[in-house]
Amino acid sequence: MQLAVNIVVLASIYALIACGYVLIYRVSRVLNLAHGELMMLGAYMVLATASLFNGHPVIALAAAILLSLLVGVLVYVFLMRKMTGEMVLAAILTTVALGILIRGLVVLIWSAQQQYPAQALGVPNPSLVLFGGARVSMWSAVLVGTTVIVYAALFAFLRFGRWGMRMRAAGQNPLLAAQRGINLHGVYALAWSLSTLTGALAGILMALDSGVTGGMPVIGLKAFPAALVGGLDSLVGALAGSLIIAAAEVLLIYYVDPLLSDVVPFLVLIAMLIVRPWGLFGTREELDRV
Amino acid sequence: MFRPVPRASGYFRTGYGQDLALVQTRAERIGLAIFVVILAGFPFVASPFALDLACQVFLASVGALSLMLLTGYAGQISLGHAGLIAAGAFTTGILAREIHAPFWITLPASAVTGIVLGFVFGLPSLRLRGLYLAVSTLALHFVVIYLGGEYETKRGFSTGILVEPPSLAGFKLSGGRFWYFVLLAAAALSLLICINLLRSRSGRAFRAVHARETVAEALGISIASTKLLAFVISSAMTSVAGCLFAYYRGFVSVEAFDLFLSIQYVAMIIIGGMGSLLGALLGAAFVTLFPYAIEALLHLLPNADKLAGDIFAVNYASFGVVMILFLVFEPLGLVGIWHRLQNYFLLWPFKYRPLAGARK
Repeated sequence: MQLAVNIVVLASIYALIACGYVLIYRVSRVLNLAHGELMMLGAYMVLATASLFNGHPVIALAAAILLSLLVGVLVYVFLMRKMTGEMVLAAILTTVALGILIRGLVVLIWSAQQQYPAQALGVPNPSLVLFGGARVSMWSAVLVGTTVIVYAALFAFLRFGRWGMRMRAAGQNPLLAAQRGINLHGVYALAWSLSTLTGALAGILMALDSGVTGGMPVIGLKAFPAALVGGLDSLVGALAGSLIIAAAEVLLIYYVDPLLSDVVPFLVLIAMLIVRPWGLFGTREELDRV
Repeated sequence: MFRPVPRASGYFRTGYGQDLALVQTRAERIGLAIFVVILAGFPFVASPFALDLACQVFLASVGALSLMLLTGYAGQISLGHAGLIAAGAFTTGILAREIHAPFWITLPASAVTGIVLGFVFGLPSLRLRGLYLAVSTLALHFVVIYLGGEYETKRGFSTGILVEPPSLAGFKLSGGRFWYFVLLAAAALSLLICINLLRSRSGRAFRAVHARETVAEALGISIASTKLLAFVISSAMTSVAGCLFAYYRGFVSVEAFDLFLSIQYVAMIIIGGMGSLLGALLGAAFVTLFPYAIEALLHLLPNADKLAGDIFAVNYASFGVVMILFLVFEPLGLVGIWHRLQNYFLLWPFKYRPLAGARK
């Protein structure tokens, strides 16, 4: 029972992070390898806002989330906008460089030690007992709930929202979309901000659960195989991929070897790339377009 | 596309031998001789610290050259270069530790490991392109690192493997100057291999595959074997660099081969300039010396002692900034700047090259 709960929690962490990769890739064909760092930045933002709005945890959290939205827009406007239409490698490396920059800045500003935003906010993290005797911490449960809400909202937004439709159009064919009067830069900026927002949500909730260190981006990187296994341009795929990766990771750690933790997602990724490179739910033609 | 400026004032070659010569004119010969003398004399005047820096640059050059061969010429993106260096270093470390193998066994063994791994790394490239290929090499990097870490913990070397300095006929081969010349020779040899490979049929096939696979195949180039060859040669060279790294440091540990190292190697060829061997060398020197330059700059600032703890973070952040600046503002890299400088003096007092076909 505990194993199942662990799988669900880890899967929702991965899913919440993976949808950020999917959003940006689906709309602008850019792989954002700085996603893990942007997620960590969101978690550290809580530390900053917690000291600013002392004693108002809700305001502090809301401010941190808004700030991360802003960070996403700024990243696009000042950096990624210049890389539109460049080589695939150049765009990927720009995000990698951005990630390195953020890591350095985070250590400079907040030091490399482990910090606990939950303490700074003054919110507790009690352990809940579920049916069957399984335990889950409160913030992990919140994280699972957030993932469900975020995915439902994203599905609705992409399916019915006016801007969601524009995003899908821009992803399918940027040239035609621009011809129809869709503001491509606006759409891309929106994708970046939404992606950073979901990433920051994941980062904040994980930080509230177990603290934040400079090593957090590794989790972001491990969530990337989840996005790719499901298909880089499919939200359903991200959910399925996260479940597969999380299940494989938890079970292998439990039954085989804890050292495997960092490598399992990538093993699944390699297997997937050999069998079905475009992922479970991805579009096949994607491969030829990159 | 940039065309190299001809050094000779015309085409004066009268035989195949002259056409194949690497050094064409007297000015080039003299320049090369001066350069060699400077390189050979350097260890006798430099401090041990400068010597160590030079050694690191040479080591990085071997890796950067091989990555340039793969990415800059054959067009196959690899984000797993640190994994290959780790493979070479671990092969050396394990063989030296377990069976006390001398260096004339570990060096070829590392090369063989590199060949095998290059084959494995290259297999995804037969089906995948661009981003997906980059991701598969990234994944393989993690697998190699995991295997190394597994060996370390299972055998009880959890902090790393100590590697004895190599010995020949009872003499321990160590010391800064000795390693300077060994690594210089390794870098020079890799450069020669790369130059000559690129002038051969395989080298031209690399470029053809890079430019457009369909056309390359129509020209009778086997795409699969060309890609695999690029991967195999590149990773064999990288693994040998890893072997030298293990002996030079005398210590192998997985912590030294994290993802950041892979990114540093990719940064070398980006900052140096894609598709140029000179670029790989310049990039290797730049990226290797960069953190030391930043540290030196920080020491010039007032209250430098306070900043001492943050040097690592400052390095990280400024490395990211420099990489972004190069990617956004100077995609041709250091080589692009160098060529522009050359052109400036060549064309002076004019600013632009005359249009092709323009009347004199």
